Amino acid sequence: MIKVENLVKKFGPKTAVDDVSFTVEPGEILGFLGPNGAGKSTTMRMVTGFIPPTAGTVSVGGHDILDNPVEAKKAMGYLPESAPSYPDMTVLGFLRFAAEIRGLAGAEKNKAIDRVVELCFLENVIHQSVDTLSKGYRHRTCFAQSIVHDPDILVMDEPTDGLDPNQKREIRQLIRRMGEKKAIIFSTHILEEVEAVCSRAMIIDRGKVVANGTPSELSSKSELAGSVTLKVRGTGAGAIRSSLDKIDLVSKTTTVEEKDDVAWVRAFPKDQPKNGEVSAAVAETAAKENWSVVEVYTERGRLDEVFWNLTISETEEQPK
Amino acid sequence: MGNIKTIAKRELNAYFASPVAYVFIVIFLLLTGFFTFMIGRFLEANEASLNAFFMWHPWLYLFLVPAAGMRLWSEEHRQGTLELLMTMPITPWQAIVGKFAASWLFLGVALCLTFPMYITVNYLGDPDNGVIIGGYIGSFLMAGAYLAVTCLTSALTRNQVIAFIVSVVICLLLILAGWPPVTEFVNGIVDSLAPNATWIVSMVSSFSVMTHFEDFQRGVVDPRHVLFFLSVIGFSLFSTSVVLKSKRS
Repeated sequence: MIKVENLVKKFGPKTAVDDVSFTVEPGEILGFLGPNGAGKSTTMRMVTGFIPPTAGTVSVGGHDILDNPVEAKKAMGYLPESAPSYPDMTVLGFLRFAAEIRGLAGAEKNKAIDRVVELCFLENVIHQSVDTLSKGYRHRTCFAQSIVHDPDILVMDEPTDGLDPNQKREIRQLIRRMGEKKAIIFSTHILEEVEAVCSRAMIIDRGKVVANGTPSELSSKSELAGSVTLKVRGTGAGAIRSSLDKIDLVSKTTTVEEKDDVAWVRAFPKDQPKNGEVSAAVAETAAKENWSVVEVYTERGRLDEVFWNLTISETEEQPK
Repeated sequence: MGNIKTIAKRELNAYFASPVAYVFIVIFLLLTGFFTFMIGRFLEANEASLNAFFMWHPWLYLFLVPAAGMRLWSEEHRQGTLELLMTMPITPWQAIVGKFAASWLFLGVALCLTFPMYITVNYLGDPDNGVIIGGYIGSFLMAGAYLAVTCLTSALTRNQVIAFIVSVVICLLLILAGWPPVTEFVNGIVDSLAPNATWIVSMVSSFSVMTHFEDFQRGVVDPRHVLFFLSVIGFSLFSTSVVLKSKRS
């Protein structure tokens, strides 16, 4: 379990991390989201004990990272952002070193190495030296190092960076599988990754937590969430909108696009309507008006829009 | 202890995985041979001792030890592996000692490979082998002191060239501290400022590796000299840990 309380990191006059608190329980995967330079890596470096915090506490598996660093680090695996490894070592040599320093020896060590080599698809390069590897392999070698001792707690800084789409998929599945029992923190700026992997997501901007919740909770904060989009052939957008505006549940309508005889209109709900209420009303109107409907769907909200609103608008509010 | 061994093993393997180790050993042996025979005139001196061999060590080490040690920490900074190393369940002290021990052991291997000198002098004459062993012990300790200084400069920068140059300068100061012109220079300053403080002069010259190494060359393993080299090593490694800590925050 990871428990972070009121974490602050200052580099000179600049505050990189400003009062961040969170906990991650076993079975939970926490996704860190945020623009570059938001303080994601700095937070992770403090959690893993690489840099000391200016203020606040970090406890990993019940051990304070400052008072009892060795015990805390034993319980943890860490994949740094740049996925470093010793270039003059072979993949096998590097994994052996990582396993030994984690206290594994003999048959247990070999079993652990075999396991991570298989999990991270490193069979083909195991005897190659790290500096001859492609970026994807190098990344996976460092990933393998972080899980060789099967830690209860995993901290991964952009684990899918530099991988091809297939490898990204494999690594995501691996993280999700491991997340069933472990407490995992990982950072990314790929939003689909958050929806695919995380049980909880935190958006960080300029050192502060600006949103915290399940991916669906976060995306429901989007303005689009709950709006109904309707595509109709043969009727003008203006006519459709004036009909839809008469529905009680609808607050406003917009024209998304009008092209090739197809009008694309979006109806926004008033307040927080019950599931399906608005789309039912829109469908009813469409039937009454005898529109030839091509498509109708309810938006569940988009994480990218929430992300954009939370991280961009604030920057504009406080110009430097 | 196990962690120190693991770190040292990795470091030692790193030496031999690259050409560095072989180039270093070959150059070291060639240079010791050249200085002993060509400049030290070992054969012409007609002496059954290795004085002509050991007298060059402070100067050879001046360039070779920083070359062997300059990558110790600067490379960890540059490759980003410092982040990996410092988040593993080891103390920074274990990492520092492990890496230093590996390099020192490597220098020891290079020094041991000069054994043909020992055989030659024993074949040609009847030397006092106690004196020779004393010389070897002193030489090894001196290499350790230079190496610890290099360790410290290497922790300060990610640039190996800077680490090399700064350690050469510091080691040179350690050599020159007891050199008569330097002693006279310090004496002159002390005389004009505080005429009674001659202890400053003796303190400066006591930092010279030359004075400490000379006794070893005579076959005297004086605990005070051993303590000198060990305290240079201890102080430098401690400073390394302070530097690494401040670099991370």
